Amino acid sequence: MTATHDVVLVGGGAAGLRAAIEIAEARPELSVAIVSKVYPMRSHTVSAEGGAAGVIAMGDTLDEHCLDTIAGGDWLSDQDAVEYFIGEAPKELVRLEHWGCPWSRQTDGHIAVRSFGGMKKMRTWFAADKTGFHLLHTLFQTSLKYPTITRYDEWFVTRLLIDDDQRVCGVVAFQLATGRIETIEAKAVVLATGGCGRVFPFTTNANISTGDGMALAYRALAPLKDMEFVQYHPTGLPFTGILITEAARAEGGWMLNKDGYRYLQDYDLGTPSPTPVLKSMELGPRDRLSQAFVHEVERGRTIDTPYGPVVHLDLRHLGAEVIDAKLPFVRELCLKYENIDPVTELIPVRPVVHYMMGGVSTDINGATPLRGLFAAGETACVSINGANRLGSNSLPECLVFGARAGRAAAEFAASTRPPDGSTNTQAEDERRRLERLRSRTDGRDRIADIRQQIQQAMEDGAGIYRDHETLAKSADTLGDLAERAATARIDDHSDTFNTELVAALELQNMLDLSQAIIASALQRTESRGAHQRTDFPARDDEQFLAHSLAWREPDSTCRIDYQPVTITRWPPGERLYGR
Amino acid sequence: MADTITLLVTRYRPDTEAEPTVAEYEVPLRKDWAVLDGLNHVKDQLDGTLSYRWSCRMGICGSCGMTVNGEPRLSCATFLTEFAPGPVRVEPLANFPIVRDLVVDIDDFLRKLPTVKPWIVRHVDWVEDGEYLQTPDEQSAYQQYSMCINCMLCYSACPVYGVDPDFLGPAAIALAQRYNLDSRDHGAADRLDVLVHPEGVWGCTFVGECTRACPKGVDPAGAIQRYKLTAAMRSVRALLLPWGAR
Amino acid sequence: MTATRARAYRQAVPRLWWLRRRSYLLFMLRELSCVFVAWAVLFLLLLLKAVGNGHVDYQRFLDWAAKPWVIAVNVLALAFLVFHSVTWFNLAPKAMVVRVPKQMLALAPKAIVRRLPEGRVPGWLIVAQNYVAWVFVAAIVAGLVMRSGS
Repeated sequence: MTATHDVVLVGGGAAGLRAAIEIAEARPELSVAIVSKVYPMRSHTVSAEGGAAGVIAMGDTLDEHCLDTIAGGDWLSDQDAVEYFIGEAPKELVRLEHWGCPWSRQTDGHIAVRSFGGMKKMRTWFAADKTGFHLLHTLFQTSLKYPTITRYDEWFVTRLLIDDDQRVCGVVAFQLATGRIETIEAKAVVLATGGCGRVFPFTTNANISTGDGMALAYRALAPLKDMEFVQYHPTGLPFTGILITEAARAEGGWMLNKDGYRYLQDYDLGTPSPTPVLKSMELGPRDRLSQAFVHEVERGRTIDTPYGPVVHLDLRHLGAEVIDAKLPFVRELCLKYENIDPVTELIPVRPVVHYMMGGVSTDINGATPLRGLFAAGETACVSINGANRLGSNSLPECLVFGARAGRAAAEFAASTRPPDGSTNTQAEDERRRLERLRSRTDGRDRIADIRQQIQQAMEDGAGIYRDHETLAKSADTLGDLAERAATARIDDHSDTFNTELVAALELQNMLDLSQAIIASALQRTESRGAHQRTDFPARDDEQFLAHSLAWREPDSTCRIDYQPVTITRWPPGERLYGR
Repeated sequence: MADTITLLVTRYRPDTEAEPTVAEYEVPLRKDWAVLDGLNHVKDQLDGTLSYRWSCRMGICGSCGMTVNGEPRLSCATFLTEFAPGPVRVEPLANFPIVRDLVVDIDDFLRKLPTVKPWIVRHVDWVEDGEYLQTPDEQSAYQQYSMCINCMLCYSACPVYGVDPDFLGPAAIALAQRYNLDSRDHGAADRLDVLVHPEGVWGCTFVGECTRACPKGVDPAGAIQRYKLTAAMRSVRALLLPWGAR
Repeated sequence: MTATRARAYRQAVPRLWWLRRRSYLLFMLRELSCVFVAWAVLFLLLLLKAVGNGHVDYQRFLDWAAKPWVIAVNVLALAFLVFHSVTWFNLAPKAMVVRVPKQMLALAPKAIVRRLPEGRVPGWLIVAQNYVAWVFVAAIVAGLVMRSGS
């Protein structure tokens, strides 16, 4: 059976839902489908905690937010995109407010804002410390009112269909509950499947963040941009990797080493003061804080635990009242998962993989180089985040570019002819591939073993600090693992809710993306933002003020080339914090 | 403390079985392992065919609701040590059809949810005018009900839903109240019919188990009782003042 | 898009599900209490009828009411009615949110305000008021009965 829609959205998180609503409102004559491997309200947006940045406060300006974002990204952001993004962000956040998002308020009923890392002004909107949860449920519940939106809940997309004119015209997907494999034709496809933090062993990302959309595009020969830039968030709980939001530091939390010393003062991040100072110390950018942790480990000033070295996040001086009002989820998570109460105890934390600055290369409209294919949110790289994203810029990014990509996809769909069925053979090939995979009985290695080894290779090669040797070694390991993954063992041959089949397909996606990350990191022989090469410790604007593009070659290897960064009003400068 | 614990996991493979069976797995018993970590150990090391849903493993996505030793729980936030020395019974959520193993069919909830119009209803709405003002007090009127993660534990705990699947159910009613009590919303009248329907709030007989089961402190039982009072007052007013009660 | 899930296994609700959990049992008992409410009303109507019919009928009613099984049923009915009332009283704070007016909050001492989450009257206080009212009404009724009896 084949279903047909005007626009198919792959992924039902913030970006996908925002795109769906945009199309449903602007073009009610178009039929929109959201295809998601989980029910949309389970999407990983739900885990975002701290907030969403948008200039609204008196005394703040769009230009200041632009400069913070560009400097935070170590000048790798496209400045035209940043300007557009920052101009739209407050409007999008107000729109969410009108849809019911319970933003935290001042006593007079106006929106409250908090400070955040790398931001010079208070401009982060928040819904206590469950911002992503409230944002996602608001979007999901609002999306229910539009009859033109059809949902395919728990359908897994395995392939993009591309016709003879090199135009994307649909997807092949299977329904988890029944195993039914179907072609969903569309005049335009928007990828909004989030990031791929799961390629690393220790991550804040949910089990579902396996980069499916990025891999779909990559295999369809669309390039991935800036994949070497992987953000480590400085404060994750050991073992689980659960995120302790940056808002904990914005509200006044301190980072302490084993001597109870606020060690960030030793890393050019300013001097300690009892109350938080914007863009200083604990409110520095994430890349710099995570790098400082590595140096503390080297100096032997961290605390050893069964799950590796940690430092402490100290919230005790904030008191129960502030913690319960502003950071209730932090307290809930610490009590539940660490059995400690941040009101009276120190929270053990360590850097944890959190976000991919890179993604499917798009222009400012969310359009990829493949006609009919769009991307938005963490899946995409426009790029506004450059070499390091500032905290609280990603939720508004999902909204601003979700809406824009939705609009662009709708316009494209309205102006193009419907798919002509010329991709039937591709769809048939894909169906046969999936059926073969599901019935494979001669597999060898366990999926979990290969996955674990991919993750280890990524941590060894592409951690907070990298060099040629470790990267090259990981590239070799990944090459071996790719061969073994091709014959991974599948014990589950059922067509009903076969999660092992899903895991096998996700494994392939994770492998492709891991190889792209390593290849991109190998080629960039400089240090910038979240990409720190110990063998090339300096930033090199001469050669590398450029986005890397990772292309998949016919032999499955990865080719890297570069594209210039758009600089408008902010020429490259030095990143200064705490001064 | 013993270093392993036994999980008794419900299996249901519709391709080959007419009804569910129980499988026994031995998993490591560690201080910081949740029931979900135990299941992941089974899936990764012992038996790749076990199916269950999970994602965020931090108690916010609502995927991993299961019946653990007879109680509806989030398996990512329920620790194995609570049940030492074991065994631990891990079953699918009660009151829902079982699709496979620990996976249940919750589409019934997703069909009911839109009927309560869980969105802000306004007849005119200009984003250009900026945000609607809402004081912290006005916000606290509905905040509790906005915390629902749709994990379905309340439906699993509710005997009324078990006996009468047409009952609208705790989470859907709590979400209706979340919008009814929001100072920005004008849609309470639009939600009236579905809520005062016999399968709406009046289906609830106040067992109160939904509130006990809720991992996020939403108190759906309270939401339902409050709406009963609202609906009753409305009926009384309509009876006494037939012209102008609305 | 909804799937055809013909093969999904429907979990049957066991006939004795209400014995599985204390709260379920209490709930069933509360449902059952309606029978005793009906009995109490019937008993009262029969009493009224007997009083209306004069002394002989009234005496016959009293003799009937003194039969051990009638006393037993009435004791049981009393227990169920008390149980029913208690659950109703305890439900009251769930059904209504009583807020302390802003002006009063401003005047009240800080120590008290801190005990009122979001300016709401705490549930136990609402329940307590119900019991106080109950005792008060019961005392008036008892007083009336005693006086007319003497």
